[in-house]
Amino acid sequence: MAKTFKILRFDPLVDKIPHFREYRHDPKPTDSILEALKDIRDQQDPSLAFRYSCREAVCGSCGLTVNGKICLACKEIVGRIDADLIVVEPLPNLEIQKDLVVDLAPFWEAYRHIEPYLQPEGEAPPGGHRVAEEKMEKVYQYITCILCACCYAACPVASRDGRYLGPAALAKLYRFVRDPRDRRPFKSLAKVDNPAGAWGCDTVFRCNEVCPKSVRPADGIEGLRRTLVARRTKRLFKGKR
Amino acid sequence: MLEHDILIVGGGLAGLAAALSADPALKVAVVSKVHPLRSHSVAAQGGINAALGNNPDGKDDTWQKHAFDTIKGSDYLADQDSAELLCRMAVPAMYDLDHWGVPFSRFPDGTIAQRPFGGAGFPRTCYAQDRTGQVLLHTLYEQCVRRGVTFYEEWLVASLVVRDGRCLGLVAYDMGNGEILPLEARAVIFATGGYGRVFLRSTNAYINLGGGIGMAFRAGVPLKDMEFVQFHPTTIFGKNILISEAARGEGGYLVNNQGRRFMEDYAPKAMELAPRDIVARAIQTEVDKGNGFANEYVHLDLRHLGREKILKRLPGIRDICVNFLSLDPMDTPIPIQPAQHYSMGGIDVDADCASPVEGFYAAGECACVSVHGANRLGGNSLLEAVVFGRIAGASASRYVKGSSPPGAPERSLEDETRRFGDRLAEIKRRDTGENVFRLLNRLKKTMSDNAGIFRTAKPLAAALEEIRELRSAYPKAFIFGSIGKYCQELLVLVEFGYMLDVAEVIVQGALLREETRGSHYRRDFPIRLDAQWLKHTIVAWTEKGPEMSYRPVKTDKYKPQERKY
Repeated sequence: MAKTFKILRFDPLVDKIPHFREYRHDPKPTDSILEALKDIRDQQDPSLAFRYSCREAVCGSCGLTVNGKICLACKEIVGRIDADLIVVEPLPNLEIQKDLVVDLAPFWEAYRHIEPYLQPEGEAPPGGHRVAEEKMEKVYQYITCILCACCYAACPVASRDGRYLGPAALAKLYRFVRDPRDRRPFKSLAKVDNPAGAWGCDTVFRCNEVCPKSVRPADGIEGLRRTLVARRTKRLFKGKR
Repeated sequence: MLEHDILIVGGGLAGLAAALSADPALKVAVVSKVHPLRSHSVAAQGGINAALGNNPDGKDDTWQKHAFDTIKGSDYLADQDSAELLCRMAVPAMYDLDHWGVPFSRFPDGTIAQRPFGGAGFPRTCYAQDRTGQVLLHTLYEQCVRRGVTFYEEWLVASLVVRDGRCLGLVAYDMGNGEILPLEARAVIFATGGYGRVFLRSTNAYINLGGGIGMAFRAGVPLKDMEFVQFHPTTIFGKNILISEAARGEGGYLVNNQGRRFMEDYAPKAMELAPRDIVARAIQTEVDKGNGFANEYVHLDLRHLGREKILKRLPGIRDICVNFLSLDPMDTPIPIQPAQHYSMGGIDVDADCASPVEGFYAAGECACVSVHGANRLGGNSLLEAVVFGRIAGASASRYVKGSSPPGAPERSLEDETRRFGDRLAEIKRRDTGENVFRLLNRLKKTMSDNAGIFRTAKPLAAALEEIRELRSAYPKAFIFGSIGKYCQELLVLVEFGYMLDVAEVIVQGALLREETRGSHYRRDFPIRLDAQWLKHTIVAWTEKGPEMSYRPVKTDKYKPQERKY
């Protein structure tokens, strides 16, 4: 059934402010919003800009707002939307570059800040690390994160305080903290022991709600808080490490 | 002008592996048309092969046996010394990846877990659930962040600049700033991935247009074995999203509309775990015989694996089915059909990833060393990207340190930049023209219709005809929006030109190769003919069109035999 797609448009060379443009399009009920956008672009308006890549919810390119819901355009299926009007906007709280493309620089900056890499001891052990599967499973919840920035866009703290690192970066840090091979020093953790880090979260769980990969980033923030308290207490009694 | 020692084009697994192995004393940068984490490597699911011998059923595995399986799987078109290099380097590479942070699944003794995969004599595919590509790409990117690698993200490379057989650099479109600019480099490594989206039905990301392969070809680098296109047996019906070979590795069945495991008619010993070319043809044959569902697909049945195994080993597959098919594989079989998946052929390079053009290297899916020959085994593509990415980074570093800079490269680079700017200005002087997205859709359709799993001379010739028509329409392609920031029309307009070359070379090679080998199945020539055709196809660009020649395959170790599974 044909639907009206009301899409936010902004071309910095032409427009002073963003505006909506409407398109009539008849998608299959099994089509995703991403497929609908592609068809609208291919058939009606080649100038429409939006990010995309894998179309299977694993690359994290196509975070958008569809009828007010923050989601991946490729994962949102038209037949499951009970409305004739589909409003498509960019992710909120990020500067619009063109049409549906936003500037993710603050998101990536937060990611880089937490030292997002394993910090193991010494050289690679011969035959690889020996790790019990139950211990490796502790990171599985967090490695499904595709860094799509949906949680960052939805987070009320990130929207009012530009210094806050946001859910994805903090959950990513917790992924490494949980990794049995990681030996990062306390000073690496101390970088988030403040209101711009683990203590900034308002625990309203908007991140858990919008995450298209069911990561539950707030669990990671909660875990970081526990880890910080435990490590600080340990240092008090054992002297600095 | 931006100057570098080494520029790596492509931020997928091969590109990042190259960046990590390049000499840290050199000035290196990665140029990618998307953020590196959006690269198609992220979608690989099942695993990466290395003869670690961790599986209790794989204790006797060796890299030599891995090499033999790879060579047999290739239908003997792989260069045997290169396949050996790949498999030998696989083992230390796994331990490095583990130490860099890849969260591999584990066996009870704590070692890296390994599962069975198609065409392999032992269970040797290392994995992290069914998200292996995702964790590999994220881990390598994390290591690049640790080392402070420079990235030019969302920059489209528009052309490769070569003068007198020597690579000088690139011209790129910086999408974030809307600028076109030259980049000088002593060496360039292409890690630009495959061309899946030359086909309509493909498992590949939308961004896999294959422009890099065509760009190298235009700049004078030959292509090799381009007619060998892998069709993956199991992709979800309609959308062609990949269902990993791991689903069969873990014990999944392929079933036709009579409820029969039909693979017993095609590969009675290996059954569902025969190599991909054989399984894909079997599925298509069943559908063509009327044994499919809706004349389109067969079933992949995972129900007998049980809830626990599916949730633990194949959670990503389950998510894909629930989300994109609205079905749960724990209760319902998955409708699957074959679709284009991988390019065995590519830019002609040697085992050092060096091409005939001085200072130009290629690695990963865009390159052809060749290790996959006429058919790639599952679990060998992530491996190739890591191993040859690292080799390319080291080779390019050696080259830069051991050669003197070319004289005055700026002029050629500026000329090329100006030519590109003039071309865009010409487009904007017009009022209208062809919609390049529509031209692209026509190309995809003709490739899927005429150069798919089963090939014959007539449809191949028809595809060539359509490609020539599209080529004559291409100069009329128009950009409807403004040419500034994030002009995605410009991106597709540039790549489409190169895609026409890629498609033509695939079809031309397929038409000329009058035999059947691996993925290349000619209904009109259904037998492998070693006496005539045990050779690589080499294609060079000329003004008059692609010029074909042939090169012997290195087969010193294993004599080609009939391939039975």
